[in-house]
Amino acid sequence: MAYPPAARSSPPRQPSVKVILASADVQRVVDRIAHQILEKTQGAANTVLLGIPTRGTPLARRLADRISTFEDVAVPVGVLDITLYRDDLRRHATRAVGPTELPPGGIDGKRVILVDDVLFSGRTVRAALDALNDVGRPASVQLAVLVDRGHRELPIRADYVGKNIPTSLAESVKVTLAEIDGTDEVKLYGGTAS
Amino acid sequence: MIKHLLSGGDLDADTATEILDTAAEMATVAGREIKKLPALRGRTVVNLFYEDSTRTRISFEAAAKRLSADVINFSAKGSSVTKGESLKDTALTLQAMGADAVVIRHPASGAPHRLANWVDGSVVNAGDGTHEHPTQALLDAYTMRSRLGRLAGLSVAVVGDVLHSRVARSNVLLLSTLGAKVTLVGPPTLIPVDIAGALAPGTNVSYDLDSVLPNVDVVMMLRVQRERMNDSYFPSAREYARRYGLDGPRMRRLPEHAIVMHPGPMNRGMEITPEVADSPRSTIVEQVTNGVSVRMAVLYLLLGGNNR
Repeated sequence: MAYPPAARSSPPRQPSVKVILASADVQRVVDRIAHQILEKTQGAANTVLLGIPTRGTPLARRLADRISTFEDVAVPVGVLDITLYRDDLRRHATRAVGPTELPPGGIDGKRVILVDDVLFSGRTVRAALDALNDVGRPASVQLAVLVDRGHRELPIRADYVGKNIPTSLAESVKVTLAEIDGTDEVKLYGGTAS
Repeated sequence: MIKHLLSGGDLDADTATEILDTAAEMATVAGREIKKLPALRGRTVVNLFYEDSTRTRISFEAAAKRLSADVINFSAKGSSVTKGESLKDTALTLQAMGADAVVIRHPASGAPHRLANWVDGSVVNAGDGTHEHPTQALLDAYTMRSRLGRLAGLSVAVVGDVLHSRVARSNVLLLSTLGAKVTLVGPPTLIPVDIAGALAPGTNVSYDLDSVLPNVDVVMMLRVQRERMNDSYFPSAREYARRYGLDGPRMRRLPEHAIVMHPGPMNRGMEITPEVADSPRSTIVEQVTNGVSVRMAVLYLLLGGNNR
């Protein structure tokens, strides 16, 4: 009764876990990206935020929310599902297809900012660019990510980066967000205990 | 996910719901300027049709092409089948050509099941004899769900030649899995004895259309095939139309929200009058549109991943 179960039972022989961003940090980082977007896009004019599921979706909503708080501009938000554009479809069991929701004004002629949680190989972003190509013709496309962990396999870079995390390939980065996982956190799981 | 789609009974509620949900996403592609997805690039789908069919074959062809698969159409007419090639030899030929999926329509019940033992790829039953037509049942379920918002608890009347109808059989199996309640309606000569119990417990049978109509959410009319009309299953086409045809006055006895479905092709004036077929309650054109989305979902779920 006295202790919540989580406090007592630590998972057995977990490899090293490091919290990179705690809840307050995540919020600060989102705030900063929102400011940077406003700065780089002349007050977010003619701009659309498209979240890449799963965790890009709530991030895009948060960015739009922060932007409207700071500058009182309503930035349209949408969701871009990239499942059918992945280059590794055939390596896994069939993946479930999620919804793609474009904002009512569409994306033609707009500045589209793709939003995702982690930028790693760049393959997700490549798939997103292909998907974007099929749903409209934006004037330009930018990329905002909460975490850039390096190890790109394609010539892709982000325009807005919340935090650069140097990692080894043996490590993994896990982002949790309140809307989906209950808490805001970015953790680095080590391949080897440090 | 399953490897083949041979029967409406192959699907459990979760898999069927996954297909319908995926179909809803596929439907949004139809509204786009570029109606194409790259998911099945480099895969080959063979349409193997031993029976005449326009809408089902075109529907499968459109679905496969929208997913960027290569489509080979094979119809028995004008092929080596007329020279006496057996189904098995044809299957092995297709296999040698590297077909990833075979969509088969065949006049013999069970042909797709046999085919599934001979080829490595996925087999989709597009109608076999008087047995099953599972993608039709899926598109019917999709249409009901999108018009009425749910499937569980719906009351569905399937009216007409149940005896020879693969659409009816697949629908009974799938709809009962998804929680709808089916009543089969038709003349006693066209409803097999104990079909309700044999297919899915809880299915009802009625010989009186008028008593069923006020209590249903969906009425699905089956085509009366012309060749049956001379087989003395019923005294005359006019008498059949009088007792089991859906006309304006009968349609008005349906509840306000109820919809009228027909798998096509229709015999206007026989099982359905033009007034009903062209009314806003009729989903007949919608069913064709939904057919492409549902078949895209089926092909994607069978072929999209590494399910072998």
